[in-house]
Amino acid sequence: MTSLIKGSALRKMAVVVAAFATVGLATPALAAGEAKHPRPAGFTFEGPFGAFDQAQLQRGYKVYREVCSACHSMDLMHFRTLGERGGPFYDAEAANPAANRYVKALAAEAQIADIDTETGEPVMRPGIAADRFPSPWANRTAGAAANGGAYPPDLSVMAKAREDGPNYIYSLLSGYAEPPAGLRVGVGQYYNPYMAGDMTPFWDGDPKKVPYGGFIAMPPVLMEDQVTFDDGTKASVDQMAKDVAAFIAWSSDPKATERKQSGVGVLAFLAIFAGLTYASYRRIWKGVAH
Amino acid sequence: MSGHESTYVPKSGIEKWLDTRLPIVRFGADYMSLPTPKNLNYWYTFGAILSICLVTQIATGIFLAMHYQPNTEMAFASVERIMRDVNGGWLIRYVHMNGASMFFVAVYIHMLRGLYYGSYKAPREMIWILGCIIFFLMIATAFLGYVLPWGQMSYWGAEVITNLVGAIPLIGEPVLIWLRGGPAIDNATLNRFYSLHYLLPFVIFGVVVLHLWALHTSGQNNPVGILIPKEREKKDMVPFHPYYTVKDGFALIIFLMMFAVFVFFMPNALGHPDNYIPANPLVTPAHIVPEWYMLPFYAILRAIPDKFGGVVAMFAAIGILFVLPWLDTSKVRSMRYRPTMKIFYMIFVVNGLILGWCGAQLPDAQVVPGMPSFALVDGQLNSYLWLTRLSTLYYFAFFAVILPFVGLKETPLKIPLSISEPVLKGPDAMSGAVPVQAEKKG
Repeated sequence: MTSLIKGSALRKMAVVVAAFATVGLATPALAAGEAKHPRPAGFTFEGPFGAFDQAQLQRGYKVYREVCSACHSMDLMHFRTLGERGGPFYDAEAANPAANRYVKALAAEAQIADIDTETGEPVMRPGIAADRFPSPWANRTAGAAANGGAYPPDLSVMAKAREDGPNYIYSLLSGYAEPPAGLRVGVGQYYNPYMAGDMTPFWDGDPKKVPYGGFIAMPPVLMEDQVTFDDGTKASVDQMAKDVAAFIAWSSDPKATERKQSGVGVLAFLAIFAGLTYASYRRIWKGVAH
Repeated sequence: MSGHESTYVPKSGIEKWLDTRLPIVRFGADYMSLPTPKNLNYWYTFGAILSICLVTQIATGIFLAMHYQPNTEMAFASVERIMRDVNGGWLIRYVHMNGASMFFVAVYIHMLRGLYYGSYKAPREMIWILGCIIFFLMIATAFLGYVLPWGQMSYWGAEVITNLVGAIPLIGEPVLIWLRGGPAIDNATLNRFYSLHYLLPFVIFGVVVLHLWALHTSGQNNPVGILIPKEREKKDMVPFHPYYTVKDGFALIIFLMMFAVFVFFMPNALGHPDNYIPANPLVTPAHIVPEWYMLPFYAILRAIPDKFGGVVAMFAAIGILFVLPWLDTSKVRSMRYRPTMKIFYMIFVVNGLILGWCGAQLPDAQVVPGMPSFALVDGQLNSYLWLTRLSTLYYFAFFAVILPFVGLKETPLKIPLSISEPVLKGPDAMSGAVPVQAEKKG
């Protein structure tokens, strides 16, 4: 499909690393080895009537804020979104998310790059509800340079950008495993059975038993009790992975709950409308042999 | 355009005044009172469903265009912004996105219905040809629209499809650059695709008007497939309104329920997750696949070992539909009375589904895992490459060989004398051909 892969070994490596970072798919158009199927996390928001668990979203935001956001941006997220109906910090008393005290406090924790409105000099100021989540990197190149050439992907819509997204994120984060004996893992790479990729070129063992998964440039970042949850939930790796996956699922589609609720109403309306129309149809066609 | 004698009588003074200057009310009234065969089944409701699909796409599209940014730096984020910050934006965008799929579901059923009941045969060739033009324009519009969110599949889909033009000998390369607005797919490409994506639906709308004009001129076909003579019109036909407005309306609502299930409960099920990754010209996705409705044609493209040959085959697959009325030699329209042809038709439908399935697979992958196979020319027999080729062969053979040949050789079943006969066991057994509301109202 492309000649990208041709060229020097260095370039080849750069492409592979870039692929890990941005698409998560290592080898273009080859008969790729398979990644392990994500484990089901049993999220509350699954199914047509499922809704997000607000406490879980709050825990998930904390994991993102304290762990993920060191490397991953969420460019499409604004602090105000956190206070929207269905969001982690929705407050029924603050209909306007900008007036939400939690949102204001969370935004103020962040330092936002801005300019002095008098002089035009660059300044840092505390965030407001209307601000975007600040990116950990000054620009893409800086982010890639600090991570061995692999820019940590933006997480705003990550749950929609992967097959079975929420379960995938949960499985990936909590699924790091020791590389099987016979797998050559390069410097700055980590083996993860849930990562897409093809391990065949790196596998010295039985060619019929190529391990699942792929290499990822992200080390296993979640450690037991890394975050202190405010609601007293034990911060196991599994719990943190599940919570942050739920948070990213919400941020990928903040209107999901509203959408499903509208859907129930729309289908109920259409069902009644269909019944009435069918009755009219029978009445109008009565006596017409056809 | 109504194609039948006008029964409209202007009542009020304004209507009389207007009728002698611009008979637009007469036009509408005649349009709605078109005599329509009374034996149309639910397969015939997809024409009305399609017109609603088109209007829905145009209406949602106009609102999306108010918020969308056709710029490579901003397009992806602007689509997400529509779904997050624009009032009702998630609904508008998901309806538009899934609406494209629903449009193709309906158009494929509509075309297969026309094929089964011989709706393309004289005197209805123009209806069919205009329909083929609409179908072709729909594919073009859908492709252009898919590029706009500027995700990975948008970008790489555009790359693959525009590259096809480059396969044309001699003029390919300059035409490719002209089409893309530069040597690579970039902002210029996105801008022109956006412009054309806004234009083409209105062209489709225009051709739909012609399609309906032709329909009202030659009259509706029907499942029995016989022409209804003038003297039987009263017995075998009913006015379009209210008989078919209510029947089409009921079918439309059922269709909308299916549509709603996708929009509200699984809006991304028909799309590819890679299109939620912003376009990156440096990273090729593992599999570049088009949307499901293009897969059969994508399969035909890949079935031919030569790139230009593949392009020709793909366009021929659509082009052959245009000459269908002259390939079918049978004098009988409806396949209801053509038992042999009916079998080939069923195989054609299944074959179309297989082609679609093949379009989503890697050509080298085994069709039946583990089954012993042998190399045939340039690939294993037990591979999607060869399954695709066999399916492509049947696709073309159906039109070019089976239709002309079977039409000459087969013995059709006895055709009823009138459309009332199969229902009432006798050509003149009539009961309710008089509009029922005429009796009820009094």
